Amino acid sequence: MADTTANAANTPDVEQPWADLGLKEDEYQRIREILGRRPTAAELAMYSVMWSEHCSYKSSKVHLRKFGDLPKTTPRGELLAGIGENAGVLDIGNGWAVTFKIESHNHPSYVEPHQGAATGVGGIVRDILAMGARPVGVMDSLRFGPLDLPDTQRVLPGVVAGVGTYGNCLGLPNIGGEAFFDPTYSGNPLVNALGVGVLKHEDLHLAHASGTGNKVVLYGATTGGDGIGGVSVLASETFDADGPAKRPSVQVGDPFMEKLLIECTLELFAAGVVTGIQDLGGAGLSCATSELASAGDGGMHIELDRTPLRDSSLSPEEILMSESQERMMAVVEPGRVDEFMEICAKWDVEATVIGEVTDGDRLVIDWHGETVVDVPPRTVAHDGPVYERPYARPEWIDKVNADAAEDLARDALPLREQVLRVMGAPNVADRTWITEQYDRYVLGDTVLARPESAGMIRVDEDGLGVALSVDCNGRIAYLNPYLGAQHALAQAYRCVAATGAEPVAVSDCLNFGSPEDPSAMWQFVEAILGLVDGCRELGTPVTGGNVSFYNQTGETAIVPTPTVGVLGVIDDVATRVSSKLPDVGHELWLLGESRDELSGSVWADVVHDGHLGGMPPKVDLEAEKRLVALMSEAHGLVASARPLVEGGLVRAAVESAIIAGRGVEIEQQGEPVAWWFGESSARLLVGVDPAVAAEWNAACEKHEVPAVRVGTVLDGTQVRLGDMEFSLEELSGTWRAPIPAAMES
Amino acid sequence: MSGRVGVVTFPGSLDDRDALRAVEQCGFAPVPLWHGSDTIDDVDAVILPGGFSYGDYLRAGALARFSPLMADIIKRAEAGMPVLGICNGFQVLCESHLLPGALTRNAHRRFRCRDERLLVESVDTVWSNAFTDGQEINIVLKNGEGNYVADAETLMVLEAERRVVFRYLENPNGSMNDIAGITNERGNVVGLMPHPEHNVDPLVAPSTDGRGFFASLTNFLSRVAA
Repeated sequence: MADTTANAANTPDVEQPWADLGLKEDEYQRIREILGRRPTAAELAMYSVMWSEHCSYKSSKVHLRKFGDLPKTTPRGELLAGIGENAGVLDIGNGWAVTFKIESHNHPSYVEPHQGAATGVGGIVRDILAMGARPVGVMDSLRFGPLDLPDTQRVLPGVVAGVGTYGNCLGLPNIGGEAFFDPTYSGNPLVNALGVGVLKHEDLHLAHASGTGNKVVLYGATTGGDGIGGVSVLASETFDADGPAKRPSVQVGDPFMEKLLIECTLELFAAGVVTGIQDLGGAGLSCATSELASAGDGGMHIELDRTPLRDSSLSPEEILMSESQERMMAVVEPGRVDEFMEICAKWDVEATVIGEVTDGDRLVIDWHGETVVDVPPRTVAHDGPVYERPYARPEWIDKVNADAAEDLARDALPLREQVLRVMGAPNVADRTWITEQYDRYVLGDTVLARPESAGMIRVDEDGLGVALSVDCNGRIAYLNPYLGAQHALAQAYRCVAATGAEPVAVSDCLNFGSPEDPSAMWQFVEAILGLVDGCRELGTPVTGGNVSFYNQTGETAIVPTPTVGVLGVIDDVATRVSSKLPDVGHELWLLGESRDELSGSVWADVVHDGHLGGMPPKVDLEAEKRLVALMSEAHGLVASARPLVEGGLVRAAVESAIIAGRGVEIEQQGEPVAWWFGESSARLLVGVDPAVAAEWNAACEKHEVPAVRVGTVLDGTQVRLGDMEFSLEELSGTWRAPIPAAMES
Repeated sequence: MSGRVGVVTFPGSLDDRDALRAVEQCGFAPVPLWHGSDTIDDVDAVILPGGFSYGDYLRAGALARFSPLMADIIKRAEAGMPVLGICNGFQVLCESHLLPGALTRNAHRRFRCRDERLLVESVDTVWSNAFTDGQEINIVLKNGEGNYVADAETLMVLEAERRVVFRYLENPNGSMNDIAGITNERGNVVGLMPHPEHNVDPLVAPSTDGRGFFASLTNFLSRVAA
């Protein structure tokens, strides 16, 4: 028999498994206070998942509010929807809007890499869809333990196949991303998936349930036992190395169903039969019902036993917690329900009216005629606990900062050998083994994709387009989380600008260790401050994001990983700039200031045995802005542009040569190690036709961007770096080998 | 001479919009066709596009083959109407027995998306006559189940009758005899794993070699009309 509200009122002293569901004692007491009685089993299930760290942001909320202080405008206009909606929406001109968001699916991807990563993609795509947008692309930002570790050889192929299978089967191009290796990610891989969608302004849909008598329709896949408690059990607890297997908490994805769901939902939008909509992700029906109801102007009544099930033995609390994938909830006017059902039938999508909007202010859920939930919806969805977790600058950081890589021996190896080390470093090496598993062509609008430094998608036939890059260097963030977050922001911003697009908005995915550890919490707080200050200076609002805590095994937390996605707009994609070396005879110019900055670099890592110390390179957002202004105005003058990132100048030059299959000559100016491997920010390597070199130089001067001619594109396949000589084949072999060698061994 | 070219959408088709766009960019009238219809009506040619029809559950193409529209397509193809099966469409053509053999999982077990160099091995088909014999073309490839297999006798017949239309220069998936695409005896039905519809617009494609497929169809339709 179900635990009804009446039963709960009559049996106040029943022992309840609040602790097993991840609630703290004071949280449980608060639920009793709110309800004026003990919660029913179903209510306890709802509160426990919705008040989990993953759903309630209870440890991060007080800090995330700072993003709200940023201006709500982008260089292109007002935000149409911001933080708090399923995904932020911004105006990009011509009546078009774009929505994008990045989200983590870290813990499930460690337990079951393939399904964990796949459902991460599925979740972000439904967020985009729920805004009324057609999803048009995905990106993935991945973190793994050392490349040569056996567990990496289990996790990486599974994650990549999961991201690939799901995105490929949905027909969404994967236009880029990143993969990064560090020992702290072993046991704590990160899978951050970014989705982007486009819509006309008038097609914007929001998640709210209003209009008394309107019907609540659940459509898509049936509800099963998968992912029950996924949120509270998986995402909000540190992995215990000896803990029990948690496989049953991972959701299983069906991308074919999601593809039908996308097409069906877009047809429902077009027919105008949707009043409000919400996707079902973490916390499933608990989240969708409470969030829709609290965002509306009334209450909601649900008959839970009408939920189509794939396992008839599920209890009401299990149904409320289930994280079965590929489900959506819509609010539909009674007169439009038949039309709604017809469209679903066309796409073979099952749809069921499970309730309606009421004029009260309660969320009431019945199970076979008996009430099992009767709560104020806001208390479930929004009024969860808020913690001011203690945070403190860790003692070890001074010692780390004092151990500068600039002081390391620069002649530990012959320079030529150092070049090969850096080009073959796991964090530099060719990602084709990964990206080849992703369809980058489907939908026919991919203007740029990997191995370009940013992805670019055409939005309309007039050439309007968007560019996206997602970046973070956790090693740098470890040295200084404030500056590390700004480096992530600056790098993504620069990568977008290098294509000729104007960067306009930010979405972030903040991956950290346990918030109960004051050091990890300090890293988190610092990273947010860095991002907020950086975004204010760049004029790019944060339109949404996600926090993932508890990325640690035992005492070892991951290096702080504030992943930043930057979206840019380009008026005519035909003018985009590729990072491939241009034709023979073109000049190569280095833009920006190069300093003696090696701390946190790939060079320190691979030439000095994993060295990680010192202070990050200088962040110069004014210089980044000048680069953007220059590229926005004068990208028509450049034939190629490659941002300098991890691996510095040597990587920028060699990679663009390998991709183009052309030789290159670069002069050495200054101390060789800093010149070739230094990771100073705000720099681009651009190819310029000698015929426009004077004009180009004038543009650089106008925008006060330091610019020096450093080399030439060669006829043939020789690569000359200062007085070092390489064949393209040798460098290409070194750069291409590491990942296939590790994965196919 | 233009014509009407239909593109079928099955549940799970993905490159249907791309194919419609390519058809239009090459001067034909694009006609979207829904898998649940009974007839393809008035079209001059049909493309079965790429994707994962029915999620590739059971076997790639195995369920789409039973869509109501396929009965009409099979009948019309047997009567000589040009049909091009791309990737999942090739799988559907094999499952429908309009083409021999089958596509199985890639030998390396991974999905692979890359720009693939192909050799044109037969110009005696509706879809390849605008190429030259032995021409090297570059066409997008992207699949998880593109490994062409057939029994020894079928392979012998395909080779003897010059029905291997496209061959891989660097076999990406383990296909027998490096086969990328084949035709039926009559040359009106062609199936291939690479995606010519992605090689039409230079802005989003590494080459425009896909236009040759549509130029071939134009040639064919003009000859029929003449």
